[in-house]
Amino acid sequence: MIGLSHYLIVSALLFSIGLIGVLRRRNLLMLFFATEVMLNAVNIAFAAISHFYNDLTGQMFAFFVIAIAASEVAVGLGILIVLYKKHGSLDLDDLATMKG
Amino acid sequence: MENFLASLFTFQGFAFYLFSFLTIILFWITVMSNNVLYAMTSLASGMVLISGFFFILGADFLGVVQLIVYVGAVMALYSFAMMFFDATREIKEKNTNGAVVFVLGGLSALMLVLMFAAPIHSESIQALYPMHEGVGNAQDVGIVLFTKYLVPFEVAALMLLVAMIAGIILAGKKMDKSLTEMMDEDAGEDEILTQKDEK
Repeated sequence: MIGLSHYLIVSALLFSIGLIGVLRRRNLLMLFFATEVMLNAVNIAFAAISHFYNDLTGQMFAFFVIAIAASEVAVGLGILIVLYKKHGSLDLDDLATMKG
Repeated sequence: MENFLASLFTFQGFAFYLFSFLTIILFWITVMSNNVLYAMTSLASGMVLISGFFFILGADFLGVVQLIVYVGAVMALYSFAMMFFDATREIKEKNTNGAVVFVLGGLSALMLVLMFAAPIHSESIQALYPMHEGVGNAQDVGIVLFTKYLVPFEVAALMLLVAMIAGIILAGKKMDKSLTEMMDEDAGEDEILTQKDEK
């Protein structure tokens, strides 16, 4: 039978995939994709805990996570477009203007 | 092993293993691919499969919201934004040492899981807003959302409004000029500057 731990393990695996992406990526658009992966992994954990503890709170938090992800994408993509117009690239190494 | 095989032949077990296998592979492609189009397509299909997890778990409304908001709105927004960037070009990234990133990512994810799983492991958790038998998931969610979580819900609505205005203002600047023309202008200005320098 599939238990809570199965879902939590899948969620942890997906979260580590997203974290590896965040650490590895240098392109800002791909960095955004990696954060979406992490948010989705957390949503699975919320829904699973909500199901196995028979509690609706987990699903509520998953809704708010989705709302925050949507607004993050709207603002973030606007900023990305402005950056691309200004610098002509989305590479993080090119955007480092402060040479320390 | 027998346990695994037994669970594989139930409906829920089969769906769980299929979805988890596919989502892990698709998100791996998202994280590792050098092509924006491949990464975005695999991310969208992974999100569709994640809504499958929600349907298995009985969170029907959450699954529908996942399909509409993530697959419908967020991925559409990404694909519109990609029209501004050169999407067909391969992305060249100067990647840091792979092994270090893998070890750091795995370790910090493990630490986060342990931190958040430690309180869950205790048996003292009790349901704050329990689900009701015989009531649909959408009704249950609606009652809790509009009584106990009304203020966060309204704040989220306000946040979405602010995000929409911010997105329009940020992306809408100089929308009437094309990007390539602007780059040509920049190049022209650079030439003028270099000529001045020569003088």
